[in-house]
Amino acid sequence: MEEKVLMKGNEALAEGAIRAGCRHYFGYPITPQTEIAAYMSRRMPHVGGIFLQAESEIAAVNMVLGAASAGVRAMTSSSSPGISLKSEGISYLAGSDLPCVIVNIQRAGPGLGGIQPSQADYYLATKSPGHGDLHMLVFAPSTVQEMADLISHAFNKADEYRVPAMILGDGMLGQMMEPVILPAEREVKTSKPWAANGHQNKRPHNIINSLFLEADILENRILDRYKRYAVIEHNETRAENFMTDDAKILIIAYGASARIAKSALTAARKEGIAAGLLRPITLWPFPVKEINAAAENARDILTVELSMGQMVTDVKLAVQGRRPVHFFGRTGGMMPTPEDVLEEIRKIERNGSI
Amino acid sequence: MKVVYEKTSALTDQTLSYCPGCTHGVIHKLIGETLVELDVLGRTVGIAPVGCSVLAYNFFNVDMVQAPHGRGPAVATGLARSLPDGVIFTYQGDGDLAAIGTAETVHAAARGENIVIIFINNAIYGMTGGQMAPTTMPGQMTQTSPYGRDTATAGYPVRVCEMLATLDGVAYAERVAANTVPNIRRAKAAIKRAFENQVARRGFSIVEVLAICPTNWGMTPIDSISWLTEHMIPYYPLGVYKDKHAENTGGGGV
Ligand SMILES: Cc1ncc(C[n+]2csc(CCOP(=O)(O)OP(=O)(O)O)c2C)c(N)n1
Ligand code: SF4
Repeated sequence: MEEKVLMKGNEALAEGAIRAGCRHYFGYPITPQTEIAAYMSRRMPHVGGIFLQAESEIAAVNMVLGAASAGVRAMTSSSSPGISLKSEGISYLAGSDLPCVIVNIQRAGPGLGGIQPSQADYYLATKSPGHGDLHMLVFAPSTVQEMADLISHAFNKADEYRVPAMILGDGMLGQMMEPVILPAEREVKTSKPWAANGHQNKRPHNIINSLFLEADILENRILDRYKRYAVIEHNETRAENFMTDDAKILIIAYGASARIAKSALTAARKEGIAAGLLRPITLWPFPVKEINAAAENARDILTVELSMGQMVTDVKLAVQGRRPVHFFGRTGGMMPTPEDVLEEIRKIERNGSI
Repeated sequence: MKVVYEKTSALTDQTLSYCPGCTHGVIHKLIGETLVELDVLGRTVGIAPVGCSVLAYNFFNVDMVQAPHGRGPAVATGLARSLPDGVIFTYQGDGDLAAIGTAETVHAAARGENIVIIFINNAIYGMTGGQMAPTTMPGQMTQTSPYGRDTATAGYPVRVCEMLATLDGVAYAERVAANTVPNIRRAKAAIKRAFENQVARRGFSIVEVLAICPTNWGMTPIDSISWLTEHMIPYYPLGVYKDKHAENTGGGGV
């Protein structure tokens, strides 16, 4: 049954996962995502699920690998330093064609960094989640509602394409409270004939594996996987358009920075500046056609991120020099105010394209 | 014609990738026979490590998962928690289990995961060409201890069964050796006991098998067997280090 409740982003995500049929959660505590683990430890015993606090993020992601091999919906969650540790497992998950969900509620790095919100793991999520040629689906919620909704979408798409999926949130989304309509619990029945769940003496043995010692065979496996990636890139991009129709200054921002950008551009509109926002919801696949459509009538593009500028490289690649791409960001856990972003918009408006 | 010996149906027809004289083959056979005797082939999932036995997923006629180096016990945990009727085992070398995978091993044991670990202690890293392992003997020459393992700088070998036996989560820990016919029979009994524990949901069982690596030890298989007997067994005494349910079955302790 659908219900409307007031929840923290992290808790909404956890409840969304349970309602999407996830009964296997493995994690290791780290701020600012620990509410997910705490919520799972409370709820899983009541829904016949498994909550397990692993000895490390490495162990947790490998428990996910085991559970995903068995064919169940499994997830882990962490924050930036823990995601570095999960890279090995993510690479094996991708190389073994295993569906699962990994949540990164980003905090500032590098190193131990800080515990304030950040978007500095964009490259880690979209460019280099682990060694080798691989991708994973990356979804970027920007409201508590989306924390609950996208996790279920992530499980569905991971199963559909047999790829790992990531929810890339940040400390602000994880910690803030908003009203959320929780989706009704759904029964999931995905057929997984490839799973290593015991052949019951009825079929040949299944092997979950990423090792292929003959280079030509490995290349072919990767090429096959890239064909699937191409379908994903074609079919699965998602973005929100906010006042983009007549926008001369097109802001591109996701997650928490998109919320700040929205406030800034609403204020800019009051000053007569035609600003709009294109908010990527999928970061991989990157919404290239959505960006180009929104940029059609724009004069300038401004990318806003909580980092030194990572997604901005994809924006530049998307528009291929057809529009000037500006960047504004704060890092280290510092949050720009809407006024800061508004000032950037004014500057671009004043200077025109240079 | 009377059949006097048959390959166990738990092993596929794939040619084993192991060197001539290597003990991995005989240990595979013992596991296979056990799975058939317990009639659990259909609900078993095995986990291949990174090491010489990485290709074990081709050899066992059960569903198999290839785990990242050392992570077998974590992968096994995920499988065991997802398959309530599953029989889950890992097969791991000493680098895999006692170096890179120490944390995963110790914590799977501490949680009392309902899994079996077959731990192959051959005192060396076989697959990568014979480097020092955590179980390499003091003074033993390897590619990365060319003057012999110097305990002053490289420390001491890890005795896995003794260490794990201190954990309450462990139901069963026994060290056996693949050096003589009687010892191989004992190894079989230990492996069977471990899998029986799992079928009865008694928690974590480990069987450490002292094994040889003629290729990287630089010896003939026969000399290797003697070396195992003379050098390894005194440092790694054979026996049952823990058997929580021994009183039910008459099993013994060291
Ligand atoms: C993360 C990682 N580090 C290192 C390696 C290289 N490597 C492959 S096998 C191996 C050692 C295996 O030795 P052991 O576990 O003793 O098994 P054996 O080959 O002797 O059976 C190493 C270090 C790897 N594959 N992955
Ligand atoms: S390298 Fe050593 S352990 Fe590996 S197969 Fe050859 S003999 Fe066996």
